[in-house]
Amino acid sequence: MIISIASGKGGTGKTMVATSLALSLADKKTVQLLDCDVEEPDAHIFLKPSFSHREAVSISIPKLDEEKCSYCGKCAEVCAYNAIAVFPEHVLVFPELCHGCGACSYLCPEDALSEVNKEVGILETGQSNGIEFIHGRLAIGEAMATPIIREVKKHINQEQLAIIDVAPGTSCPVVEAVKDSDFCLLVTEPTPFGLNDLKLAVGMVKKLGIPHGIVINRDGAGNSQLEEYCAEQGIPILLRVPLDIEIARLYSRGINLVEGMPEWREAFTRLYDDIEQIVLARCEER
Amino acid sequence: MKEVVVISGKGGTGKTTVVASLAVLVRSKVMVDCDVDAADLDLLLKPVTQKRHEFWSGQKAVIDEEKCTQCGLCQDVCRFAAITDEFRVDPVSCEGCGFCYHVCPIEAIVMQDNLSGNWFVSETKYGPLVHARLGIAQENSGKLVAMVRQQAKLIAEKQGLDYILSDGPPGIGCPVISSLSGVNLAVIITEPTLSGIHDLDRVIGVCQHFGVRPTVGINKYDINETNSRQIENYCQSRSIEVAARIPYDNVVTEALVQEVPVVEYSDNGVSRQIKTLWERIVASI
Repeated sequence: MIISIASGKGGTGKTMVATSLALSLADKKTVQLLDCDVEEPDAHIFLKPSFSHREAVSISIPKLDEEKCSYCGKCAEVCAYNAIAVFPEHVLVFPELCHGCGACSYLCPEDALSEVNKEVGILETGQSNGIEFIHGRLAIGEAMATPIIREVKKHINQEQLAIIDVAPGTSCPVVEAVKDSDFCLLVTEPTPFGLNDLKLAVGMVKKLGIPHGIVINRDGAGNSQLEEYCAEQGIPILLRVPLDIEIARLYSRGINLVEGMPEWREAFTRLYDDIEQIVLARCEER
Repeated sequence: MKEVVVISGKGGTGKTTVVASLAVLVRSKVMVDCDVDAADLDLLLKPVTQKRHEFWSGQKAVIDEEKCTQCGLCQDVCRFAAITDEFRVDPVSCEGCGFCYHVCPIEAIVMQDNLSGNWFVSETKYGPLVHARLGIAQENSGKLVAMVRQQAKLIAEKQGLDYILSDGPPGIGCPVISSLSGVNLAVIITEPTLSGIHDLDRVIGVCQHFGVRPTVGINKYDINETNSRQIENYCQSRSIEVAARIPYDNVVTEALVQEVPVVEYSDNGVSRQIKTLWERIVASI
């Protein structure tokens, strides 16, 4: 089963929930934690894995063989991202615009374009408290997170429980991380920002057709509009974590909630049971 | 005219809280919300939209089922796994490269223009605001960011305004890079948590990579003073100014729930630090 943890708004507690869930279940089943917030991956801070493997993540970008090129301009014409410009006796490639689709080299009539790897980040795997840990890190100055997210997700073992920590927002890196999940847990807070961004995130998971539920973090901090929205939309609230300065302090030191306050372990185990129920019920419906 | 962008690396550190307060404090400016896939600034500034524009960007492939012979070539060449086994295009996965369109031997694929979102020019009681809403599960947020920034610049030029104040997105990827290019100063709002520190280091790396000068504001600095000192030392060693130390205070959430900028809601330590932040920003640009 794949459970992704998303939020819309940043800083609502995704990583806290993802790592607490993983730690609470690690002695009962085989758990994978995949940190797909490759722009700002933080789950390793809370799980402190020992990494055993590291590899570069690359996209394929075109490389020109000037001997073969007839400067016909076909490559520039087919490139949807304006990553190639062809002049009478010169070809310019803009690697930062390239999505690595491969159309230019395949369609070049002179076979003058080959593909070379361009590193856009790294992927590391390791172990922490019996949890298989995988994360990706976008290289500084690189724009595209999705190729790295795709690589991280290739490590998913469907037979096990895979928990995916997702970036904030609702655009392409978030969609790439969340799609194909069996369930998406949306972590939010009871403030107007939390609610506004939750609505966007709910729109996203609905479009992807993924069953979802809510974790309210900093419960009691704001107003009741969030609860009203969830009731109105029929979205289950599966866990509440209260506004508590002690929890914030633990977090600030990189200490996981269930580690600092072991009494929370049971609540996260129950959270998983509830998710499993929802996913099973949906399977039966089909 | 000077452009200042507020970014953070880590999400939820208080970017929008700071920008909404600067909207109150700074006289001659246009505001722009560059967090186009989770825009919140409008919740506090209560804009009245003057003009709404569609944002068309990129294309998506569509397969004509009548013509398609299911030869499978499109599926073979697509690197984004966007073509299903039923030979339909999954618009969420399609990156609009057009590879399938070019190789289809019987021209059964067309590329259709894609409506990615909307952008708005609005008036608020604090001045003009340019903001946007990216469509659900859409790409090209970097291009939409470039669009709203360009519009804000036009407004600033036309009205002779002194500043462009920009609320940036979290992260370090394409929309952040698009928010950063050519600005006079990047104000990084961080928090004294290990995650905040880790992400600060990466976002400062991005600023330096693109030659943008950063300045740092520590939000909730008193939630972990050891970590706050670590941030100060880190910044000092890189000659980066720490321009504000904003205390943790429930009034921030109270103001948010009332949907007003915190400097309007209360005159306390938080408001004073945001005022100091702006004084330092002005002095440094």
